[in-house]
Amino acid sequence: MAVIAKDGYVDIVRDKVENFHGNQLVHVCWDDHLLFSAAQAFPLPPEMPFQALVSEVMTPVFSYHPDFEKIDWAAVEWMLDGEAFTPEMDKSLKDNGVCHKSLIRFKTPGLMGINGTRL
Amino acid sequence: MPAKKLNLRKRYELLTRGMGWETTHHDMDDVFPYDSFEGIKITDWDKWEDPFRLTMDAYWKFQAEKEKKLYAVIDSFAQNNGQTNLSDASYLSAIKLFITGVTPIEYAAHRGFAHLGRHFRGDGARVACQMQAIDELRHQQTQVHTISHYNKHFNGLHDPFYQFDRVWYLSVPKSFAEDAMTAGPFEFITSISFAFEYVLTNMLFVPFMSGAAYNGDMATVTFGFSAQSDESRHMTLGLEIIKFMLEQHEDNLPIVQRWMDKHFWRAYRLLALVSAMQDYMLTNSPLSWKEAWDVYFVENGGALFEDLSRYGLRMPKYHELATAEADHLSHQVWSVFCLLGNATGFHTFLPTEEKMDWLSEKYPDTFDKYYRPRFEHWAKQKEEGTFKYLEALPQLCQVCQIPMIFTEVETDPMQLSFRASEYKGDKYNTCSDGCKDIFDHEPEKYAQAWLPVHQIFQGNCGGATIPEVLEWYKFAPEDGGDYIGSQDHARWQEWKGTDKKVKEA
Repeated sequence: MAVIAKDGYVDIVRDKVENFHGNQLVHVCWDDHLLFSAAQAFPLPPEMPFQALVSEVMTPVFSYHPDFEKIDWAAVEWMLDGEAFTPEMDKSLKDNGVCHKSLIRFKTPGLMGINGTRL
Repeated sequence: MPAKKLNLRKRYELLTRGMGWETTHHDMDDVFPYDSFEGIKITDWDKWEDPFRLTMDAYWKFQAEKEKKLYAVIDSFAQNNGQTNLSDASYLSAIKLFITGVTPIEYAAHRGFAHLGRHFRGDGARVACQMQAIDELRHQQTQVHTISHYNKHFNGLHDPFYQFDRVWYLSVPKSFAEDAMTAGPFEFITSISFAFEYVLTNMLFVPFMSGAAYNGDMATVTFGFSAQSDESRHMTLGLEIIKFMLEQHEDNLPIVQRWMDKHFWRAYRLLALVSAMQDYMLTNSPLSWKEAWDVYFVENGGALFEDLSRYGLRMPKYHELATAEADHLSHQVWSVFCLLGNATGFHTFLPTEEKMDWLSEKYPDTFDKYYRPRFEHWAKQKEEGTFKYLEALPQLCQVCQIPMIFTEVETDPMQLSFRASEYKGDKYNTCSDGCKDIFDHEPEKYAQAWLPVHQIFQGNCGGATIPEVLEWYKFAPEDGGDYIGSQDHARWQEWKGTDKKVKEA
């Protein structure tokens, strides 16, 4: 689209990855668990192993939900930016293709939230 | 012999059109540098029909009379301790959101119209914008004066303008206003005067003012009356500018239509905050968000666009989705406020049994099925003492800046709606097709968005912990959190002896 502005635009991208002090922004959403209202945002080092994302980042936030302890992690279905994917747990976020402002969604088959309400 | 007294029309012409001239020392394009780059073609500014034939002296007179009445009521409200006649002190959460979220938009509108009042080439349009600039400043001022009485007795009302520039949920109205202000003058006026004031303003003012009346807030009601005649003038200006642009040149139609699509969606998303105010924050709600939407948008807005179809203008894009969302909007917004109630400058509270029954009645297809379970779950947790606020920060939409809480209401209301775009190698997340379209059309603009969650993570908001950020917002510890057990609640109980309206936690 042609830019419509009197004097053009100043080229500012406020959320460049360089502005996050070595971190990148990662969004994580637990599907069928809307009790959390939205995907959650985390600033994380790209070198963080995927396993650490699960145990150190997701667990403290999502374990509040009674379904969390029932999760069979081997059966979890993952999506990265809209595509199904299988994370390699010992590899970094970066090597798993998780980039700045990516959205990771996980579905936990059989677990449908508080009393099956998808909350 | 000339008449001693000019008739109104003649006077009006002399005092508006007679004040402008064709410049000769400088090129008109240098004197009015802003009104052509947007591509709107105006062939004859004299065809501008002033929507309200008002001269400045008559304007001052009318406004002064209204001010006199308003300040008399404000004084008597203060002298008679009017705040004790409220339905409940929890109602003030709506007022706190209003003074921090809406009043600063009035000021932003004042700035925008002052700019237009200088930069439109047509003198008739300039004078209309100058008056609206003064109206908006007056609204901001009278709102501050009206609501400052509550600041003597309740928390959370102390720094609305400072907070408007910083707080996570106030970036929603701020970005809306600044989006319009950073556009050209024709887009600004299409956004504020038409999309917001003509098409949607009733969604804000009518429920809010009648909500105030339903909850014993006579100060706010009086402010509403004082602003009402201004608002109808503003609406007329909005309609006039649209017709003027469309009548001036056929090339203007696609530009105006795109602005209409964009600013309808922007304004509608902003009103999501109002939906929560209306259905949840008002102790007594005069009408539900959905009822208001059906009357003011579906019926009145539908008739308006039918009228405008002779100019080739169609209904704004995604209006069907907005109508489908009417069954869900307020519940989703209030849910996220309750979850993040440790980071709000007003008190949150769960709906009472009585309120939930009202919601079931007003939202028979959705409330019991999708939303009652979460409020009951949280109520149970509060009873058990296991309720916890969210410890993470939510994903935000790059355009409307609201946490991405909206769902696919047309196909699966429990599935969050995710959209994303790429621009210069970076990803940008949006909450809906409406916001994604806006981003994709002008990514160079929205890539600059100051998103509160991202700014916190970049270390620009006072620190990395919630208390540090709240301090940076100038939120005092007593401003937010649950209403039950708050200082406001305690004060109210002291005055009233009891509190029936909000369920004990």
